[in-house]
Amino acid sequence: MSIKEYRTASEVRGGLILVRDTPGVAFGDRVRISDGRGGTRDGQVIRASNEEVMILVFEGTDDLDLEAVWVRFLDEPVEIALSPEILGREFNGLGEPRDGRPPILSNIRRAVGGSAINPAARSYPREFIQTGISTIDGLNSLVRGQKLPIFSGSGLPHNRLAAQIVRQAKLKDEDSSFSIVFAAMGVSYADAKFFRDEFASSGVLRNVVMFVNLADDPPVERLTLPRTALTVAEYLAYDLDRHVLVVMTDMTYYAEALREVATAKGDVPARKGYPGYLYSDLAEIYERCGRIHERHGSITMMPVVSMPSDDITHPIPDLTGYITEGQIVLSRELHNQGIYPPVHISPSLSRLMKDGIGKDDTREDHPKVAAQLYALYARALETRNLASIIGADELSERDRRYLKFADDFDQRFVGQGESEDRSIEATLNLAWELMSAFPRDSLTRLSETELAKYYQGND
Amino acid sequence: MSERNNSERNNLGFIREINGPIVTIDLPGIRSGEQVKIGELGLVGEVISLNGREATVQTYESTDGVRPGEPAEGLGWPLSVELGPGLLGGIFDGIQRPLEKIALQSGDYIRRGLSLPGLDREREWEFEPNPELGPGKQIGPGTVLGTVQETETVLHKILVPPGLEGELTELAPNGDYAIEATIGHLRDKAGHSHRLKLFHRWPVRKPRPYLKRDDGISPLITGQRVIDSFFPQLKGGKGAVPGPFGAGKTVVQQQIARWSNAEIVIYVGCGERGNELVDVLETFPQLEDPYTGRKLMEKTLLVANTSNMPVVAREASIYVGLTMAEYYRDMGYDVVMLADSTSRWAEALREVSGRLGQMPVEEGYPAYLSSRLAAVYERAGRVETYDAGPGSVTLIGAVSPPGGDFSEPVTSHTKDIIETFWALSKELADARHYPSIDWVTSFSAHVHAAAEWWHKEVDRRWEARRTQALALLARDAELSRIVNLVGPEALSDAQRWQLEGASLIKEGVLQQSALDEVDTFCSPQKQFALLDLALSIYDKGMTLIELGVPVSHLQDLPQLAKVRRCKSIYNSDQVSSITDLGREIEDAFEAIRVQYAKQHSDD
Ligand SMILES: Nc1ncnc2c1ncn2[C@@H]1O[C@H](COP(=O)(O)OP(=O)(O)OP(=O)(O)O)[C@@H](O)[C@H]1O
Ligand SMILES: [Mg+2]
Repeated sequence: MSIKEYRTASEVRGGLILVRDTPGVAFGDRVRISDGRGGTRDGQVIRASNEEVMILVFEGTDDLDLEAVWVRFLDEPVEIALSPEILGREFNGLGEPRDGRPPILSNIRRAVGGSAINPAARSYPREFIQTGISTIDGLNSLVRGQKLPIFSGSGLPHNRLAAQIVRQAKLKDEDSSFSIVFAAMGVSYADAKFFRDEFASSGVLRNVVMFVNLADDPPVERLTLPRTALTVAEYLAYDLDRHVLVVMTDMTYYAEALREVATAKGDVPARKGYPGYLYSDLAEIYERCGRIHERHGSITMMPVVSMPSDDITHPIPDLTGYITEGQIVLSRELHNQGIYPPVHISPSLSRLMKDGIGKDDTREDHPKVAAQLYALYARALETRNLASIIGADELSERDRRYLKFADDFDQRFVGQGESEDRSIEATLNLAWELMSAFPRDSLTRLSETELAKYYQGND
Repeated sequence: MSERNNSERNNLGFIREINGPIVTIDLPGIRSGEQVKIGELGLVGEVISLNGREATVQTYESTDGVRPGEPAEGLGWPLSVELGPGLLGGIFDGIQRPLEKIALQSGDYIRRGLSLPGLDREREWEFEPNPELGPGKQIGPGTVLGTVQETETVLHKILVPPGLEGELTELAPNGDYAIEATIGHLRDKAGHSHRLKLFHRWPVRKPRPYLKRDDGISPLITGQRVIDSFFPQLKGGKGAVPGPFGAGKTVVQQQIARWSNAEIVIYVGCGERGNELVDVLETFPQLEDPYTGRKLMEKTLLVANTSNMPVVAREASIYVGLTMAEYYRDMGYDVVMLADSTSRWAEALREVSGRLGQMPVEEGYPAYLSSRLAAVYERAGRVETYDAGPGSVTLIGAVSPPGGDFSEPVTSHTKDIIETFWALSKELADARHYPSIDWVTSFSAHVHAAAEWWHKEVDRRWEARRTQALALLARDAELSRIVNLVGPEALSDAQRWQLEGASLIKEGVLQQSALDEVDTFCSPQKQFALLDLALSIYDKGMTLIELGVPVSHLQDLPQLAKVRRCKSIYNSDQVSSITDLGREIEDAFEAIRVQYAKQHSDD
């Protein structure tokens, strides 16, 4: 089809325009829209017949005058140009420079939609990444190729935690650091600046590609932004053999943009107005992470999801949890006590931990130490709850030990400095120190051998 | 695909509209359910509704780049799978394309428009004809024509396809044949001759026929204590594992795939994570089946429509899995099919119905959700096959309720259909009590039936012990409520011992880590030994407390820690060591009793 311009726009609503009598337009293709006043906008075909085409306008449809609009079908999918020059640059959701420098020129262009990785081509992620954070390394370990989101809430230090992980993450006994793809959707100027400054001061900027859509940028663009960012991540990982860490913040604003468009399209809502396909849509993004047979590079993903009203059952964290390989959950209660990072371990989980830890990866006692700490902490929280009802004085001596453990655990194991980079050994040793406050016989999740080697208590 | 629709009707039409996976085509005469090739790329789809000249097609692949006006071709048959040797050990997508071959052809990412048949055309199999058959014999659906050793463990029976009946005119001798080779001829009543091959096709949405339902009873042993000893499943049963994210549904299913006494395992990853399938693919070829000693992969096949693969094929994947399950059932095997997750299947229904503009009833789901669900589960069951004895399909579906809310449509409809309900609890999972199957809300309709087996094969006290343990757990919940109101001081020694007893059941019996090398599988004998151990200690302790022995005296016994650890110390061949431990503790208790009695008489 030759590129033709149409003046037949017939309807505008909520980020969408309809254009009549445009035969043969391909589903998913890219569109350029002139607003008739010298400005252009970008769009994508999301419904196509010869009689009518529906277009999603990334910059939104505010102030579009139907009479004046010209629509051009570019006869190509939404793509991004890729070259090693992309490192150190900053773009918007469509891959257009935001840093005032020229666009990337390259004959490698890839459609941002991506396609599904063949499960038979994947290899199981199993290389432990040391983040230097005890609650993660010790209890919810991250491995290369894992997607592990941070579930947070407004005002909680998820950005600081993400930045600390970016700074500290390394393979055990290895220095080779990650290339970072940073995708910001709907965040404030201050948050974006925080990350930019962080990358600059820790000297990783040359290894970072940033995609930024601020809170006051067009929301529809948020729908392509993570896809564009992941296309770049795939290029870095599989063409340039790099280990890539993708930080995406905040997926909640992404999902809200999706809901906005879905509502405009008239899609049937499932929960809280979000369309039924939110799960599949999020999965298309999250599942682009992983390891592939015989490829040197990898994609590890750390999305930030803020839980509306701190509600983990809200559709966005809920569906995210159903797709990702665990979650790190931040707690307002710990944060209010001044504990950083305020990781609430009970609802936190890493599903890929099992193959990344233990004798050959971290230390032989690691799996059981994690299980034992979890069991103790669960019991300790029950005791704390009990103490809040009946008063700590009413507790038995056994129970008071749990109460003390809960406090020590929160203060010393969970709490650590923002620049404190604990080795996995330090984390495990600290765990033993805390567990040794209990009689040996109550530590039934640990084996006799491990107790003989590491237990420091009196009996 | 080699067969062509040879009727006179026009198979070619064109595309009118593309709305994501839903494509409207202009193709008069096409039938509902028929397979269609869409566009220049030849994407595969299925007709789901007709309206005059137009047909609505759901496509199993992404429609990006497809244009109105491109061709659409009717293929003349409904969505079908190939059934024959070469399925086991493989991984297929939601419409039975072999993913390993696709990887060879299209690399790490799945290219669209590939049409690879499910079964290998080149590979030859040694066919051993059924010695009881010969020319002139009357044969019919399900008649075993002969066998092929498909894997070391599984003898594949070559069946006459359902629908064919007549006289066997020729049967090939022993030899190596590719699946398309003719291994026999059948002449039907009308005198038409039909070629018989090592494989046949079957439309996935149509249940395969069998002689009759069979009421025999045999438990599906899974090696998981909370399942086998508390909420047992029977072969041919239908069960569900609902639970919020991260509660352990996939692990429960994978444990059943690993350790159950099924002869064939079909694992359907329906809208879930790619890495979970890789986990099976990488570990099963290494793991040993505890019943045959052979590698697990030899009896397993995978169907994968991961969450990032097209939604429509997700709907199909369950039927594709079920049809293959029924096929092995028809050979007289006990098959277990695990569907992770049926919620994603239901969401695929919702997605399509939404795009069709159908009226949603609850949370966007169409009105036919419950009937479709029931029809899917109805394909499970134990049957008398035509010619291969009894066979069964056990269907176990994971359910992923949004927000962990079990009152949502998919969970609640499923609950009405199934017989075994393993409800996972977030509280247990958060405390790392795995499997997080909640003993209060879970149920099994099969306890009495299973008891017969347990009493005969393991121990006559099974049902009584099970009931006692559940009662103790219920008592524990009650007492914990009291403690939370008035504090532990309010409890009597006997009540404290009840709490201790319940804790022994929880930690020593119910908790079972899938990651623990020793404890990941537990034989029925070991299951009962552990249950009996915990309860005997509890009983014995209670008699001492009734004599006035202070509870703290018993709680401090180092042996109690050993009871909690016992499951990971002794494997299923060391049940006698567990009984020995029981005796050791009994002696310790006896010593306390004697000592106490002496103290008392001294006073
Ligand atoms: N029996 C078990 N033994 C040890 N660990 C377990 C067990 N069951 C669950 N887990 C732990 O819980 C994690 C989550 O389990 P699983 O992946 O099965 O959850 P799920 O219910 O399938 O979640 P989703 O709905 O998100 O898929 C596992 O990765 C594992 O760490
Ligand atoms: Mg799961």
